[in-house]
Amino acid sequence: MDVSFILVILLFGAGATWFVGDKLAKTAALIFSAAALAATLYVIYRYNLGQKVSFIYLWNQSPRIFLGFQADGLSLTMTLLTTALTPIIVLSSFGNLFPKSRAFYALILFMAFAMVGTFLSVDGLIYYVFWELSLIPIYFIALIWGNGDAEERKKAVIKFFIYTFAGSLFMLVAFVYLYQKTGSFLNLHLYKAMLSAKEQTWIFAAFFLAYAIKTPIIPFHTWQANVYQKAPAAGTMLLSGIMLKMALYSIIRWQLPITPWAANEYKYIVIGLCLAGVIYGSVLALKQTDLKKLLAYSSLAHVGLIAAGVYTLTLDGLRGAVLQMVAHGFVVVGLFFAAEVINRRFNTGEITQMGGIRVQSPKFTSMFMILVLASVALPGTFNFVGEFEVLYSLAQANIWLAVVGGTTIILGAFYMLRMFQHVMLGEKNEKFFADVTVTEGAVFVIILAVLLFFGLYPKPITEFVTPELEKVLVFINRFNK
Amino acid sequence: MDILIAVAILGILSLIAEIFNLRKAIVPVTVIGLIAVLGHAVYKAMYGTTLLNWELDESQYFNMVQSTKYGLAFSSLFILLTIFLVTLSADFHKNHQPKISDFVAIKLFLLTGAIAMVTFGNMAMFFLGIEILSISLYVLAASEPKNVKSNEAGMKYFLMGAFASGILLFGIALIYGATGTFDIPTIMSLNNANLPSWYTIGSVLIAIGLLFKIAAVPFHFWAPDVYEGSPALTTATMSTLAKVAAMASFFKLITSLNPHLPGFLTTINIVAVLSMIVGNLIALRQINVKRMLAFSGIAHAGYMMLAFQFLDYTNAQANLFYYAAAYALAGIAAFAVVLSVCGNKGNEEIYNFNGLGKTNPLLAGILTCALLSMAGIPIFSGFFAKFFLFDQVLDKGRLILVIFAVISSIISVGYYFKLILAMYTKESTEEVQPVPVAYTTVAVASIALNIIIGLVPSFVMSLVR
Repeated sequence: MDVSFILVILLFGAGATWFVGDKLAKTAALIFSAAALAATLYVIYRYNLGQKVSFIYLWNQSPRIFLGFQADGLSLTMTLLTTALTPIIVLSSFGNLFPKSRAFYALILFMAFAMVGTFLSVDGLIYYVFWELSLIPIYFIALIWGNGDAEERKKAVIKFFIYTFAGSLFMLVAFVYLYQKTGSFLNLHLYKAMLSAKEQTWIFAAFFLAYAIKTPIIPFHTWQANVYQKAPAAGTMLLSGIMLKMALYSIIRWQLPITPWAANEYKYIVIGLCLAGVIYGSVLALKQTDLKKLLAYSSLAHVGLIAAGVYTLTLDGLRGAVLQMVAHGFVVVGLFFAAEVINRRFNTGEITQMGGIRVQSPKFTSMFMILVLASVALPGTFNFVGEFEVLYSLAQANIWLAVVGGTTIILGAFYMLRMFQHVMLGEKNEKFFADVTVTEGAVFVIILAVLLFFGLYPKPITEFVTPELEKVLVFINRFNK
Repeated sequence: MDILIAVAILGILSLIAEIFNLRKAIVPVTVIGLIAVLGHAVYKAMYGTTLLNWELDESQYFNMVQSTKYGLAFSSLFILLTIFLVTLSADFHKNHQPKISDFVAIKLFLLTGAIAMVTFGNMAMFFLGIEILSISLYVLAASEPKNVKSNEAGMKYFLMGAFASGILLFGIALIYGATGTFDIPTIMSLNNANLPSWYTIGSVLIAIGLLFKIAAVPFHFWAPDVYEGSPALTTATMSTLAKVAAMASFFKLITSLNPHLPGFLTTINIVAVLSMIVGNLIALRQINVKRMLAFSGIAHAGYMMLAFQFLDYTNAQANLFYYAAAYALAGIAAFAVVLSVCGNKGNEEIYNFNGLGKTNPLLAGILTCALLSMAGIPIFSGFFAKFFLFDQVLDKGRLILVIFAVISSIISVGYYFKLILAMYTKESTEEVQPVPVAYTTVAVASIALNIIIGLVPSFVMSLVR
């Protein structure tokens, strides 16, 4: 069994979920996503034993395109993040009654399929195909099952689609250009391409456009908050939990090793943009009155910090970024789920209409509290490990960068705790707030268990990703002796 | 030549069937006959021989027809498209049942014209082909005599088309004057650097005539009106079969004539870029689906004209063929859905598609796939088609052309998604009407083929290479 098996399970699961009908769809989706998770764990187990789990097949002779899925520490970590979050996201939607639910759950699985494909592909073109493919399901999920005014939602979603599509097309041009240079789309061949400074700059820019829009990095972020707010909870979780990690992963996997000279040359400009996003996201988060929008801007701030860590081009920065990607994936899914839990009961996203929940639901309050603390990177949570390492790498580059980046923790603590105070504490709310159901509780418990376990013992993940990141660093440093 | 004769015989048979009152059998018999011819053509394109080893000696026909791989591959595509179009016509013309043999026969003659346009070895054959194709289309465009718009479309198309044919014929005459022959291989063998200047003028005139036929900017003004006014099935024929046939013969003819004119390729490129940008920009403002697809077709003609930038000729042929197949199959699928939604009511505004996602999810899904393919989103073959063309153009080092193509692709997403949004976010206003099985079958088959050729591009391109 190799990695392609995970993809087969997810794709087959998407089809099966569609065919079993509306009643059984959610169960089928849960079973298949759990099967994909089990397959991922088995593949990782085999990979650790040193067995061959990669898959490669020459799909097209001219131009030479390989259907190749490479398993290594980095790609398997991201695959595991996807396949672990998918059942959680499916489970978190159990409380919602969606019309046409078979299409909804099938699209979630299809989305997971596309994202896993993006993480595993070694061939630039196949990678691009999966990258674009993941846009279609999220587009329909946000469009059909989203909330709020239909006209506004349409505008937000189409803007998101055109933005990301536009960015990716330039990436495609870059890939085709690289193919002309090297005669191959395989990443190892592209890493060895000898590109002039000018070529590197343009290719770096083309990749940057695609990734900056998807991440998003300022000033390409304008689609984000609206889409996060309008999309259904599951869609927001997919977007913020996994999809934006596609961009961050791609920076490490494709952009930096292919154009190391440009990455080094423009490193401070890009880090500046990322950190501007940190400040900007934090300040805007302070101002928000809509819970999902607040979380969206806080996500913008955290992601900006992760991207800054990646662009430091140091082992600490890359590793911190990968850890933080995983941690942020879990915590943001948990936070958006908490927002959804409140939305299910109060039917609103306005923070001013909330408050006084703690008195009615102690269990939910304590779990939400831990999530909030994890999101502000309290020591002992997984987020602390990643955020600390990223800040450390920024400090190595320039101490002032770390100072600016550190504001995300201070401001984050401020707006998150204030949000918690307004949403949960205070006089008992007039509206009834039932405590969490079993499935809702299960989602929170799984997420919190992951966050706390790796917060106290991050070694398995650090050891798993470090060798691969070191290999990537060799390619990144080939021009900078 | 054998394919050409077989298709012509089928056309005559369908006329004879009318006399013997076998009206019901016309469509099934034609489809079965065409499938047999398709098998023959594909086999010949793949292996270079025929299945039963009977072959017509082409030299006996004075090399009027050359069975090159390029010609055979395109012929197979045309036959496939005609199979779909004929299948659609049974239900589309059910109010004009007595005329069904005419409609089918005209489509088959149109097919012979299209095949002649890609397999010609002689200018005369080429001109015959393009005239057969055009005259069939004039008739089909005006085939609803009581509809003013259809009359307008037929008249407009005829006047403009006849004018373009005149220019084309003048170009052919000048080339004959310069070389003394209509035979394409002979013309190619002459060293055209030493030819008199009217050889170049003739080539340019031929190019203009064909640019009109493929509706490239600035020769596109007829297309939106004619597409809108014609019966929907005729529009489907024009925007898939006729456009692809004209494009294929344009490519074959111009690369064979190879006019030694400085700036000729640059002009073609400018026309291509203009077609892409103008077509997509104007399509954004359309509310009639047929008009929108007309402008989108103009843009796609622009993309196909990128194939003129090549280092490797057979590779360029293969890329053009792949693009044409992907575009035409998506077009047929889209039009099959348009036919089933709008039927014969002569009103194809976007609001007809409101709520299709709820009332008929299958058709809505197919139209979505077709539009995504045209927009160039993976995994549909439209993406790979664009990718292969971009690859080829970058190979030649024309980055700027690719940038323009990419920008216009981004624009095109705007209007393709307008239709998708209408299907999935608006509520339906009319009651659901039953959709004929033939429409659904054609839609499913063509979109399935579109996706399949996206998964195995090497097979499709091996037909040409």
